[in-house]
Amino acid sequence: MRFLPTDEQSDFARTLRSLLGAAEVPAAVRAWAAGDAVPGRALWSRLAGTGLFALAVPEAYEGAGLLPLELSLGFVELGRAGVPGPVVESAAVSVLLAELADGALAERFLPGLARGETSATLTLPGGSPYALDADAATYCFTVSRAGELRLLGGAREPVRSTDPARRLSLPPAGPGGGGELLAAGPAVVRAAGAAGRWARLLTAAQCLGVGEALLARTVEYAKQRTQFKAPIGAFQAVKHRLADTLLDLEFARPLVWAAALSPGPGEVAAAKLAAGEASYRAAMTALQFHGAVGYTEELDLSLWLRKARPLRDAWGTPSACRAEVLRSLTPPRR
Amino acid sequence: MELAHTADVEAFRAEARAWLRARVPARPLPSLETAEGFAAHREWEALLHADRWSVVSWPEEYGGRGVDIVKWLVFEEEYWAAGAPGRVSQNGINLLAPTLFDHASPQQRARVLPSMASGEVIWAQAWSEPESGSDLASLTSRAVRTEGGWLLTGQKTWSSRAAFADRAFGIFRTDPDAPKPHQGLTYLMFDLRAPGVTVRPIGRLDGKPAFAELFLDRVFVPDEDVIGEPGQGWRIAMSTTGNERGLTLRSPGRFLAAADRLVGLWRAHGDPSDTALRDRVADAVVGARAYELFTWANASRFAAGAAIGAESSLNKVFWSQYDIALHETALDLLGADAELADGEWAEPWVFSLAGPIYAGTNEIQRDIIAERLLGLPKGRR
Ligand SMILES: Cc1cc2nc3c(=O)[nH]c(=O)nc-3n(C[C@H](O)[C@H](O)[C@H](O)COP(=O)(O)OP(=O)(O)OC[C@H]3O[C@@H](n4cnc5c(N)ncnc54)[C@H](O)[C@@H]3O)c2cc1C
Repeated sequence: MRFLPTDEQSDFARTLRSLLGAAEVPAAVRAWAAGDAVPGRALWSRLAGTGLFALAVPEAYEGAGLLPLELSLGFVELGRAGVPGPVVESAAVSVLLAELADGALAERFLPGLARGETSATLTLPGGSPYALDADAATYCFTVSRAGELRLLGGAREPVRSTDPARRLSLPPAGPGGGGELLAAGPAVVRAAGAAGRWARLLTAAQCLGVGEALLARTVEYAKQRTQFKAPIGAFQAVKHRLADTLLDLEFARPLVWAAALSPGPGEVAAAKLAAGEASYRAAMTALQFHGAVGYTEELDLSLWLRKARPLRDAWGTPSACRAEVLRSLTPPRR
Repeated sequence: MELAHTADVEAFRAEARAWLRARVPARPLPSLETAEGFAAHREWEALLHADRWSVVSWPEEYGGRGVDIVKWLVFEEEYWAAGAPGRVSQNGINLLAPTLFDHASPQQRARVLPSMASGEVIWAQAWSEPESGSDLASLTSRAVRTEGGWLLTGQKTWSSRAAFADRAFGIFRTDPDAPKPHQGLTYLMFDLRAPGVTVRPIGRLDGKPAFAELFLDRVFVPDEDVIGEPGQGWRIAMSTTGNERGLTLRSPGRFLAAADRLVGLWRAHGDPSDTALRDRVADAVVGARAYELFTWANASRFAAGAAIGAESSLNKVFWSQYDIALHETALDLLGADAELADGEWAEPWVFSLAGPIYAGTNEIQRDIIAERLLGLPKGRR
């Protein structure tokens, strides 16, 4: 029985953390938001060097195997650093194609995704109708309710997100949906189900990292900002709310690990619910305790503040996750 | 990181489950907060003890099975899932025993632990005083040196189940001239029926009479009942509070069982269109799972040699808030029947309400979390 990451797993997370710490991610995020994907792509290729993207690709296609635990550890770090781009979606596409087990399709897309040379975004039934970062991603996939997997091309209508670093667009609608039909049928529906679960899990992990970053920055600020001749962090009202933030995050963390170990629908939904809510609450606390300066886009804190709410709702709103948790309880647990 | 248990652990689980299935009373015992219930629960303790299930983690020589924390947690899961009675011995087992294992002499252990394991002697915690609640170190009850021991004088209060218990453990001021309040305190055990002890029951919120205050007038305690060195009481007491707030006081098994009962209630009474209530049921399920996993992660850390630290305060705030939310959800599902005092959920709800107050109030725990885990500056206290 082990409930803690192995040394190797922790080392991987540490490597990512120091790489990202040195990478000036905030500048890349601001550029990404302004439509300049160059620094973001450079970041992407440095991440690829750690083998991160290979963790969602089977070994047969230059991947490291489908390793949700290692990948989740990595996504906590992506969230902590505020990395922009369709990271969750690229991993979900890799899972979808891996689960489809169509050799030709896998050969066509997976090695590039594993090496991080290409990126992908996708929409799935039951998820958001908006594709994330379709303008920057190499590929845009969509799965229809009827179970058609398509590769879309062409320009898409942009829609603004409250997080400018999340660039949204509506894939072309209409019968057939356009684009290249890659596969159809129950196998696509099954594979899309798996991809959606992974997307939810990795978003949960990202939320955890976002929440941790928000808390750490706020604790630092509260130690240093002085009012009434005392650091604001010495006031109990401040302390207690920060303590509650830690509490939320610390009790979400084991749910994320457990879901990464056994990514069933109920476990994944519980993880997403807890991590999403914890990071959004962390954002509200961070905003409050930074005062007015927190309410500006100049401060880098805003990069995480604006991400927390969209991530809480992406790939499963709290309400959808709660319904899934209860659905997964039939038949009764014990 | 893996979640499965070994075959050996699962065999232990099966043995515990079979035993509990055969022995757990079909009808719930009367409340252990009443005289009648206290006696009934004492018999249950004896039954548990006869087959060495009362203190599974203790060494065999004291009536235990010497199992590790993993098996202890598994036993707790089975215990609460089986609907077994609350533990009338909990103060002794959870608070005094760990202190004895860490700080007592072998003779003291041999003298105290076996009768605690069997339920023959039931212990009360005598820490709080009328003027010393959160600021426990300000306590004024004294222990004064006398021939062969100490004489206790003062008042203790809010002592759970002391109205029916046999003995008590607590901290007393032995050096009133010590420079700091938490110095010059001594940890000792005394008899609740000794001359000079007056026990006055205090009805708790639901009127049940097991709570008590203790008036002590020159109560003799022999030297052999002092735990650790005189003057070291604070340090010894603080090692116990880690247990109280940490995972041993409220095992996840208890909340997993409660969440299961809540889901059953929701299936039976839930209005499918009331999604707000449905969401709270889901939150209770997720909360129990989070607490379970958090505990297992801590257990892994202990198994690897780590000590319980300020993290126990995270635990305490979590379970106490969780417990209330879960029980409030149950009451909301029951609607008009929620107010029935003898209903299945009424007593546990009342009990849950005390969680943020005892074992160190949640305000104090949040201070500890903020200062020791987040490193925020100390405020005025
Ligand atoms: C059901 C129950 C069982 C108990 N069992 C036992 C027992 O068996 N043995 C025993 O010895 N005691 C027991 N207690 C007592 C318990 O330990 C105390 O109630 C607790 O320590 C708080 O003390 P107090 O009640 O005097 O509250 P106070 O310390 O007076 O606090 C009152 C309020 O002020 C807040 N407060 C105090 N100081 C601060 C601060 N610095 N910052 C912010 N807020 C503050 C508290 O958090 C609380 O909300 C029990 C209590 C209950 C409710």
